[in-house]
Amino acid sequence: MALEYPQNIRNFCIIAHIDHGKSTLADRILELTKTVAQRDMEEQLLDNMELERERGITIKARAVRLNYTAVDGNEYVFNLIDTPGHVDFNYEVSRSLNACEGAILIVDASQGIEAQTLANTYLAVEQDLEIVPVINKIDLPSARPDEAKEEIETVIGIPADDAPCISAKMGINIEAVMEQVVKCVPCPKGDKDAKLKALIFDSYYDAYKGVIVHIRVKEGTVRTGDKIRMMATGAEFQVTELGYMGATELISADELRAGEVGYIAASIKSIGDTKVGDTVTLADDPAAEALAGYRNVNPMVFSGIYPADGSKYQDLRDALDKLQLNDASLSFDPETSIALGFGFRCGFLGLLHMDIIQERLEREYNLDIITTAPSVVYRITKTNGEVVMIDNPTNYPDVSEIEQAEEPIVCAHIFSPSDFVGSIMELCQDRRGVFKDMKYLDDKRVDIHYELPLNEIVYDFFDALKSRSRGYASYDYEIIGFAPSKLVKLDIMLNGDVVDALSFIVHTDKAYPRARRICEKLKENIPRQLFEVPVQAAIGGKIIARETIKAMRKDVLAKCYGGDITRKKKLLEKQKEGKKRMRRLGTVSVPQEAFMAVLKLDE
Amino acid sequence: MTGLYIHIPFCLAKCPYCDFYSVQYGRGLAEEYKRAVIRNLNYYKDEKFDTVYFGGGTPILLWKEIVEILENVSAADNAEITLEANPCVVLKESLTELRHAGVNRISLGVQSLNDKELKALGRRHNGEAAIKAAETAYNCGFKNISADLMLATPLQTKESLYETVSELGKLPVSHISAYMLKIEENTPFAQRELPLPDEDVICEMYLNTVKQLEDLGFRQYEISNFAKEGFICRHNMKYWNCGEYLGIGPAAHSYYKGERFFVNRDMDGFIRSERQEAVREDPRGAAFGGYEEYAMLRLRLAEGLNLKEYKRRGGNAEMLLKEAAKIPKGCFNFNGESISLTPKGFLVSNTIIAKLLMYR
Repeated sequence: MALEYPQNIRNFCIIAHIDHGKSTLADRILELTKTVAQRDMEEQLLDNMELERERGITIKARAVRLNYTAVDGNEYVFNLIDTPGHVDFNYEVSRSLNACEGAILIVDASQGIEAQTLANTYLAVEQDLEIVPVINKIDLPSARPDEAKEEIETVIGIPADDAPCISAKMGINIEAVMEQVVKCVPCPKGDKDAKLKALIFDSYYDAYKGVIVHIRVKEGTVRTGDKIRMMATGAEFQVTELGYMGATELISADELRAGEVGYIAASIKSIGDTKVGDTVTLADDPAAEALAGYRNVNPMVFSGIYPADGSKYQDLRDALDKLQLNDASLSFDPETSIALGFGFRCGFLGLLHMDIIQERLEREYNLDIITTAPSVVYRITKTNGEVVMIDNPTNYPDVSEIEQAEEPIVCAHIFSPSDFVGSIMELCQDRRGVFKDMKYLDDKRVDIHYELPLNEIVYDFFDALKSRSRGYASYDYEIIGFAPSKLVKLDIMLNGDVVDALSFIVHTDKAYPRARRICEKLKENIPRQLFEVPVQAAIGGKIIARETIKAMRKDVLAKCYGGDITRKKKLLEKQKEGKKRMRRLGTVSVPQEAFMAVLKLDE
Repeated sequence: MTGLYIHIPFCLAKCPYCDFYSVQYGRGLAEEYKRAVIRNLNYYKDEKFDTVYFGGGTPILLWKEIVEILENVSAADNAEITLEANPCVVLKESLTELRHAGVNRISLGVQSLNDKELKALGRRHNGEAAIKAAETAYNCGFKNISADLMLATPLQTKESLYETVSELGKLPVSHISAYMLKIEENTPFAQRELPLPDEDVICEMYLNTVKQLEDLGFRQYEISNFAKEGFICRHNMKYWNCGEYLGIGPAAHSYYKGERFFVNRDMDGFIRSERQEAVREDPRGAAFGGYEEYAMLRLRLAEGLNLKEYKRRGGNAEMLLKEAAKIPKGCFNFNGESISLTPKGFLVSNTIIAKLLMYR
């Protein structure tokens, strides 16, 4: 039977914890619907960034349109929207969800529900999405599908009796998932003749077409040649091309109607004009109001990024510019450090986001970079009544000027087998957490609820959590506001001079151990110089920790063999080369590893 | 005038710390080698050499060949002609012949007078043999005898080194070269766990030795070289003064007519070719004989670097002085005309020289 609009359209996404098999299921669906020829099939096709494939995570949402012939003989159009699975990209997740009517919830048959899954499932339920639970990895010997189903029913409160038990990896029972989607996910509502309202849920930069915007048309119809307006930014463009997302290429079409998912190209130069969550309407016949839920996402974690080689400043700027083309949530502003020279203060949604950007700079743009310790945003009320937001420790005001210092607080939910509750609570307590409550998810797993300062989790909280729970615990957080705190700025001095790039803000109680550890790390990582170098940590001029790098006493005195000057010259060149790679701070030469090492204090 | 370096890359056995080029000694090969050297020398008939240096390897193994080679060298009247010798092959007969052939300086590979240390170094001689070798050379008419001394070797202590130096002072030697053992890659020493003195002890060893030699009348004129009045090695000074020298033999280096070049480490190739093939050195951004070479080499001398000369060779004396100001006081002296390193500075000379030349 022919395709019927809009009854035979299904828009859905997949919710899953990292490693629970989301991308693998997406691949199997692509195979089953023959959207991708077998020979083009690359493992995890939707994650098309090299980094994504390597880390097994989805960084950006992707969407693809599939054709499926159901058991009843009807043809369906499936729009599968892949969502990022990480807390840093929560807002993007919520927008992707908003483009769908249903969500496949993948639960690992051996692991059960994880914190992130639950958070995203709640988001989906909030948006009235129909949840289609699926139990994956039933091929594993440790699979406990019945327990997983029970958990879904008790924790999320949705029936899971007829949830398909599948193995995405082995390709078992994939068709049952498709049939569930046909049966349970409702077709889109919306009037194709109403005024245009289309939700932007993703965008990326294409060198030839400009920004490609992924949209879900909620109301009305958009056609090639239409003049469109972005309702939040006010920017207007003429649609040069639109269509659907094939798995490996864009397929152009004449129009996109209410309920459909597709892309628009309109010679858009800046991705800043196409903010995720914004509403696209027609410039000449605009909708009265935008779709609900748009917000501007603000970076929460900041760090300085500097080229290891000062002459690569322009290259770094170009690379950041290009990254920003595809990632509007990355912010950067030029900054200068006495220690590191010219660089950029970059803002990220979270730690993973920061990690990814650093890695992409190094990998895709071949840059050697130095990153300063991540900092969160502090709200400082000065004695003169002025309120300032500080994201760079260098700008932290003098103690005498501070009336009140506040730091961002998150509400965190940690899911863990109950055996590890003790050591996890110890960890949270150590990170200045405030215990809120604890719920049993079933007889073996608990949800521990804490409020924690963001600056305590930006460094290595996740790693610590994993190591204390043998990898079983997961967590999710959301920023809930600011709270007053006893904060101090810790300065690090080399040979008596403050190294601005190493300063950071820390809670008073943590200052001493932290200062000691940093001094030790620097001592390990800075080679001996011609003179003794004291490494000191100070709060407002008062030294609280000290180490000494002993003076170098000798380098090699080798025999000059038969007038072989070249050997000496090579040695000299090598020495000079080595010195060039170091940062000269006053009289002290510091290798870039030293800056990196202080980021990894707990190793 | 130009110096002449003739490489004699033959050894009876390879010392486990040595990465210089040498091959197993054999009579037939030595004969062929001699002919190849003489063939090459014939291209320089017009050159008068004021220093000649036979380095190795173990040149004294080829003493007969060297006597013949010397007949083909046009040496200046007062030329300094040095030959390196291993104490265990020093014999009256060979030395007498060499003395007659014009050799007037012997450099003995003593290394240590402590038998345990010598054994640990894999040397074939003992202390007694070394003492005897020096005496034999003296008795054969050599008044200019140098002894090589190694510091920081396995099992060496400050005390044992002190004793070796004291003993050396009693011998008829007028020059001492004191090097630190450097563990070179691809040598047996690099594969072993060695009982080496620690860094602080090594530094003390060096500084003590400088002092002790000074007391014995050996003045330090270069990082590793010490001489009694009038016995500074003229050939080696050419290296530090950016003077010219011609090198013959595989692995030999030259600075000749403004060019630096070397010969590949290939004995067969050398013997087979009519004339050795010179490979131009990579100047590595610094002109041959330019200010960087000058600084790098002159700062190894106690005399130091003359700022006028540095400038004449294209260096920026102000920048150099600016960099020098960042170097700790006890490491160098500046007398208004020259910068020179102190023994303490010599210990970190690589670092200091690199620092001084960073401004480029």
